[in-house]
Amino acid sequence: MLANQPWRRSLEAVAIPAGAVLLALLIFGVFCALAGANPFQVYASIYKAAFGSWSAWQNTLIRASPLMLTALCTALPARLGLVIIGNEGALVVGALAATLTGLSLGASLPGPMVLLAMGITSLVAGGLWIMAVGALRHYRGVNETISSLLMNYIAIALMNHLVQGPLRDPGFVSKPSSAEIVEAAWLSTIPSTRIHYGLIYGVIACFLAYFLIQRTTFGFAARTAGGNIRAARIAGLPVGKLTLAVCFLGGSCAGLAGMVEIAAVQRRLNESIVSNYGYAGILVSFVSRHNPLAMIVVSILLGGILASGGILQRSHDLPDATVLVFQGIVFLCVLFSDSLYGRLAIFQDRPARASGTVASA
Amino acid sequence: MSDRSRSFYFSRRQVVRGLLATSAFGLTAKFSSGCAQSSTTGEAGAEGGAVDEMVVGFLYVGPKDDFGYNQAHAEGAAAMANVPGIKIVEEASVPETTAVAEAMRSMIEIDGAKALFPTSFGYFDPYILELAAEFPDVQFFHAGGLYQDGVHPTNVGSYFGFIDEAQYIAGVVAGHMSESGKLGFVAAKPIPQVLRNINSFTLGARSINPAVTTQVIFTGDWAAPVKEAEATNSMADQGIDIITCHVDSPKVVIETAEKRGIFSSGYHANQSSLAPEGYLTGAEWDWSSIYTSLGEQFMAGKTLMNGDIPHILRGGLADKFCKISPYGPAVSDAAKTDADAAIAAVESGQVTIYEGPLKTNDGKEVVPSGKGLPIDDVELEKMDYLIEGVNGSVS
Repeated sequence: MLANQPWRRSLEAVAIPAGAVLLALLIFGVFCALAGANPFQVYASIYKAAFGSWSAWQNTLIRASPLMLTALCTALPARLGLVIIGNEGALVVGALAATLTGLSLGASLPGPMVLLAMGITSLVAGGLWIMAVGALRHYRGVNETISSLLMNYIAIALMNHLVQGPLRDPGFVSKPSSAEIVEAAWLSTIPSTRIHYGLIYGVIACFLAYFLIQRTTFGFAARTAGGNIRAARIAGLPVGKLTLAVCFLGGSCAGLAGMVEIAAVQRRLNESIVSNYGYAGILVSFVSRHNPLAMIVVSILLGGILASGGILQRSHDLPDATVLVFQGIVFLCVLFSDSLYGRLAIFQDRPARASGTVASA
Repeated sequence: MSDRSRSFYFSRRQVVRGLLATSAFGLTAKFSSGCAQSSTTGEAGAEGGAVDEMVVGFLYVGPKDDFGYNQAHAEGAAAMANVPGIKIVEEASVPETTAVAEAMRSMIEIDGAKALFPTSFGYFDPYILELAAEFPDVQFFHAGGLYQDGVHPTNVGSYFGFIDEAQYIAGVVAGHMSESGKLGFVAAKPIPQVLRNINSFTLGARSINPAVTTQVIFTGDWAAPVKEAEATNSMADQGIDIITCHVDSPKVVIETAEKRGIFSSGYHANQSSLAPEGYLTGAEWDWSSIYTSLGEQFMAGKTLMNGDIPHILRGGLADKFCKISPYGPAVSDAAKTDADAAIAAVESGQVTIYEGPLKTNDGKEVVPSGKGLPIDDVELEKMDYLIEGVNGSVS
């Protein structure tokens, strides 16, 4: 029985989400049929555009990489029982810090050093941003969900103010932007692909987060405090320090996402940095049940869905919101499937049921 | 013991069942991918074989029915699709991130597009420039004043209209129709394109009634419906009786103005259906004519790279880059007469909109007396001031 258990449980953990995705495809197929498109052709197109070729895979991975980092901003504090949705704000603040560092260092240091400095400042800035939310929560009892949401608007307003005023590059007329960071400090792409190194950062961060939460005393303490904060206090855990530290780590991941976006994609700071990566990260975190390893898979799934958005419009004449409908159906199904854990007989331990039949007999 | 082994047996059956289901899924997935691949090669073959057919891709930053910037381009694209041999593919709501680079790439690689029209300003640098370097045989046309000769790849072109000419005409109508002499302008950001529209609208109105003033409110965002409605309402409260705007979708501004019972003047596309009573006229893009002519040039084998199509296409009312909306029911005959006369004068070049003496609203002289800046003067593309008669500030 003991040997059986983990096997069934991991089968359950794979089969339920997979079933949910299949169900979502089915519902989406009905939707497409109603909208006048052949569902099977639509499935084929989604597959082709998201995973059908190496180029399509790259498209998917490019879209997935910022999500892994922003999702950690929700997932880590969630282990402490905090619902933090300030991902977008932390990303913007991280991007702002990285831009300021990149611009002030300029060409005074070699490129990799500038990149490193940009990375560190973005980690610190994003971390402090969310740590402020944790501090408000711990010391003043302010609801962390509301405060982190509102901090998003502050971050975006601050960024807009700076790029329209003090940081504005007058030579760039298409939209108010900061100046461009030096070319030496651009983050390159992984050789022979067009995927930037942000993907690697995201995967590493997810593995580190998993290790930290599941395999260290720090993570154990955080999970304990998340499970029952009073019990944790009685056990003598420093709940305040844990809150601040976990919030800092979560925020720093989103901050790094902002730095990657600046160094690898945009090269200058402007309103385009606000493109919903933060909010999509919240979705990824909840769908993967705040498990950092699952987040890698879910991010890729979401990246694939986003990558297929274009072909739905171009080949099937579906409206541009179709991909959002699909995304919504997938995530609702996955979230509802959450309630199935432990309810399906196939995934239950046989001996327990056998003893049940004996008892009833 | 036996109990446990029995349980194991059952579970194995379930495992087999599960494996069967998974492999069935895998097979179908493979099957559909096989389908997909064969269809791709089919498309590619057809595309490569037919010389007199061309795929053109259009990308929009918002929805195609936004009553604004994107709708104007989508209407133009629909007109281009009527050119024999041109097949268009479109993608709407593409954000200015790696998403647009990926969307352009799949239009080129999957649909075989040979010309792309990524229409949003923010697509240009870095996305269009990078893709243009990677795909030198694909032509990229960008709406905006950003192409620099010798700096940017030769397969990049830029086109844009002097829509401030149309705003000038709308200003003439507004100057006639305003009773309070106070006009309102809801603007997104203080960039040159927007400032030109505010200033020319004001100049048009002041050419009729020199006492007219324009109150400008910058919302700070291309799409901020709540702020746009607030700005419109507060202007109506101040006694402003005609409102126009420069935001991505004028829908909210026009609808709010109609609800408050004041006049409105449109932008980008025709919004008269949103304000059947108060809509006076509007400054519209006329992309249909430009896109149709470009489509015909494509079919004639002309390209940017060969130099057959100029890298910078510019024009105003006379060249049909822009137009004004048909006059609304409220517009008086005197206003129509003067506006029609102004159109003729602008088209023939008799009237220079930015005619000296021209002062900014903080007293600096920008155009001396006796001189004028023609509409295609590069100085105007760097505009960073509001002229006398405009209440507001750029910083």
